[in-house]
Amino acid sequence: MRKIKLISILIFIFFIIITFSMGLKKEKVYDTIDVVGKPISEISLNLFNENNTLNTNELRKNKFTLINFWASWCAPCRKEHKNLLFLKKNGDIKILGVNFKDKKSNANKFINDLGNPFYLIALDEDGKKSVSFGVYGIPETILINQDLVVVKKYIGAIDKKDVKEILKIVGKK
Amino acid sequence: MKKIKVLFLTLIITFSFAKILKADEDLNNKIYKNLRCLVCQGQSIADSNSDFAQTIKSVVKDQTKNGMKEDEIYSFLSEKYGDWILYKPPLKNKSYILWALPYIFFIIGAFIIFFILKKTIKIRKY
Amino acid sequence: MLSETGHLFIFASTFLSLSLIFFSIKEIKGNKKSSFPVIVSFSKFQLIFTNLSFLTLMGGYIISDFSIVNVYENSHSSKPLIYKISGVWGNHEGSLLLWINVLVIFSFLFFKKNNKHNKEFSLFTLVFQNILILGFFIFLITTSNPFSKIFPIPLEGLGLNPILQDPALAIHPPLLYLGFVGSSIYFSAALSSLLTKFSGKDFGTIIKPWVLISWLFQTLGILVGSIWAYYELGWGGYWFWDPVENSSLIPWFLMTALFHSVLVLEKRNGLYLWVIILSILTFTMSVTGTFLVRSGILNSVHTFANDPTRGLYLLIFLSLMVFLSLYIFYRYAPSENKKFELFSKEFFILTNNWFMSFFLITVLIGTIYPIFLEVLTNQKISIGPPYYNTVLAPFLIPVLFLMGYGPKSSWISSKPVKEKNILFILVVSTLLSVILIYFLNNKNFLINLVLIFSTYLVLQTIFDLYKSIKKKHVLNYSSNYSSFFSHLGFGFLIFFISLNSIMSIEHDFNLKIGEKKQLKNITINFKKLDSFEEKNYQKIVGEIEVINAQEKTTEVLKPEIRVYNQPETITYEASIKSNILSDTYVTMSNISKENIYNIKFQKKPFMNMIWLSTILIVLGGSFRILTRKSL
Repeated sequence: MRKIKLISILIFIFFIIITFSMGLKKEKVYDTIDVVGKPISEISLNLFNENNTLNTNELRKNKFTLINFWASWCAPCRKEHKNLLFLKKNGDIKILGVNFKDKKSNANKFINDLGNPFYLIALDEDGKKSVSFGVYGIPETILINQDLVVVKKYIGAIDKKDVKEILKIVGKK
Repeated sequence: MKKIKVLFLTLIITFSFAKILKADEDLNNKIYKNLRCLVCQGQSIADSNSDFAQTIKSVVKDQTKNGMKEDEIYSFLSEKYGDWILYKPPLKNKSYILWALPYIFFIIGAFIIFFILKKTIKIRKY
Repeated sequence: MLSETGHLFIFASTFLSLSLIFFSIKEIKGNKKSSFPVIVSFSKFQLIFTNLSFLTLMGGYIISDFSIVNVYENSHSSKPLIYKISGVWGNHEGSLLLWINVLVIFSFLFFKKNNKHNKEFSLFTLVFQNILILGFFIFLITTSNPFSKIFPIPLEGLGLNPILQDPALAIHPPLLYLGFVGSSIYFSAALSSLLTKFSGKDFGTIIKPWVLISWLFQTLGILVGSIWAYYELGWGGYWFWDPVENSSLIPWFLMTALFHSVLVLEKRNGLYLWVIILSILTFTMSVTGTFLVRSGILNSVHTFANDPTRGLYLLIFLSLMVFLSLYIFYRYAPSENKKFELFSKEFFILTNNWFMSFFLITVLIGTIYPIFLEVLTNQKISIGPPYYNTVLAPFLIPVLFLMGYGPKSSWISSKPVKEKNILFILVVSTLLSVILIYFLNNKNFLINLVLIFSTYLVLQTIFDLYKSIKKKHVLNYSSNYSSFFSHLGFGFLIFFISLNSIMSIEHDFNLKIGEKKQLKNITINFKKLDSFEEKNYQKIVGEIEVINAQEKTTEVLKPEIRVYNQPETITYEASIKSNILSDTYVTMSNISKENIYNIKFQKKPFMNMIWLSTILIVLGGSFRILTRKSL
């Protein structure tokens, strides 16, 4: 009886220690992995240059849509911009830009200086709309398919590796 | 005696004062406190000055104004950001153990005490 | 130069610690030539060298010797002297050195006090304590050397994190370390007691003051930490159920359970094994907490620089500690005859332990559950205040009642306390609370119950205190007073915490300079904004007038936004007008570079009462230490 007690305590302690040591290796940065595989919610966005709105339902006509959240004040956005331009040129994909908490004049200058990878630019002046997409800090990028289901989600700037991955999913032009 | 009177009066004023001011912002504040600020180190939305916290606050404000219930807001946010954003883990299969374990241990403790008592009562009888 | 001196002292202490283990074992085995005097003088030198190593590091901070990496990374020549000194333990390496110092100080004092009468027991304790010391020295030298050098020598340091530049935080870590590192001594003593088949009763008598001392410092440490969080973190809370706070609370529960049980051991020679288990667990949990906090395995407000190798070392050390104690316990633990009567004092102390264990386990599970979930299922969840409040709060009710009722029972006796006044006091406190609840219009049933029972505890304790003064119970005089005060303090604490949680007011809104905000009876007037240059930061001070039409008072509050230059950080300083009954608490933050400021206005009732109640708890405990006769 005493032996059984001892052995079960030992097993229990080993279990804890092993879990802790595995926990040490885990990545501590949070990602919103839960969103992948779920459809995005239906929402209307004001468009940047026209007095028009875009309902997310309209994105159903695109085979794939890449929704990129950006702002002129965000440094990593500047860095990923050339990758977005590359994607526009080579990928069979439409890129929707969502301008996040930005001043219109600055945003315009940003696009004029660096080029426009977006087929449409939507506005989110106070950042509230982006909450519906599960955005918590920009740049963030979501890849959705025809059924508006999130296929991939990228937090932080899109890099070469991400571009390759996206091209693999959507196919080349 | 006079001092006690003054103290008593201020007490009453403090209490009634609290009652008047409470009400309206209560629900919002409660919700803020139960949400984790994702971009901060272990702070709640209520406690953070970050951009993200400000945005979530205004979203929650809108939603309560539109008559959304507390639980609906939580499930909306956890759908978008995962359960990580909720400080009170909802009762799901991944948190059953979490909610049950403390009570299980409490009951085990009760049994241990019961057996100790039973033993001593036996010893006393014979 | 200081770096070499520091290294020298550290290596000397490490060597002494090794020799102490060697000579003590030799002495226990019983050689012809006694090496006892050597052991005594070595333990003295160990104390001196370890303290000197700490003073050397402090010297490095005071003269801003940036050739030491640790000083360079955490200090700055323009920092005020007090923060240069407190900077020593404001970082991982320095605080580890402080940790070792506490281990050594407790080791020395315990040995000095007990080596005359219980030689073998105190020698074994010395061995175990020095194994711990050695372990932490190796940890220090291999992963966290505070005396590492840097070349070329930087001209200026990087500076201390500004939120750590605070008087409360200067004393918080030393207090807390005296608490939970202090618990190491009864960890060692417990193992030694098992090995030497020491008498349980004597063991209880010997460790009791040490348990009380560590408990006192732990309580004070937690209190100071809460006060700091309240006025420095700037959001008006004082307890966040954060992993770091939890890992200081877990040993506190154990210590509380322990010194109640020690009473049983001392008076009735019962619960010996349970006391041993608690003694071992307290320090084990302290190290576990340190592991959780320092390894970066958890997310927290108070983070130290993370380094996985440190985590790994601590984990290995912890495992060794656990397996060693488990082996010794399994091998040497005697069998025990437990004998308790219902309604005896022993029974109530056992109940206390039962609840303490429950609180402890809940907090522990809440803290580490996310780690297990993530490792096993790759899912992340947060466990925050709502979880702890939901699980723990209902159990406060029986605890409050038993704390009022328990101390009245007597040892051995199996008769329930026959007093009509218990019912009477319960009725009176219910009435009083109902009036209060009516005034507050509080609909939360649970909080109402907690209010009723904390009122009961307060009234019952005051009543008993009054009675015992009248009767002049000289017999249990001081020990009774001690528990009266502590229990009274706890009753007040819970009472005021509940009131605070019901009555706190929070409003947050945006204002431009010169604008006003009307909240029912209160007008908040954002009058002006000034900018100042300070020694190591720049500050923007707002002037905010709070006019209360009902109380006819006007308060001026000046919250600040500080921009520190070394390292560059923005902090928000709350402005607090503190009264006995209520605090007014204002913080201000700027919104994305515009002229609008976000102002958070809070009324926090009874904050000072919460602090005072905790001090009352501490006073009760110190009473027991000071009146040594009844120890």
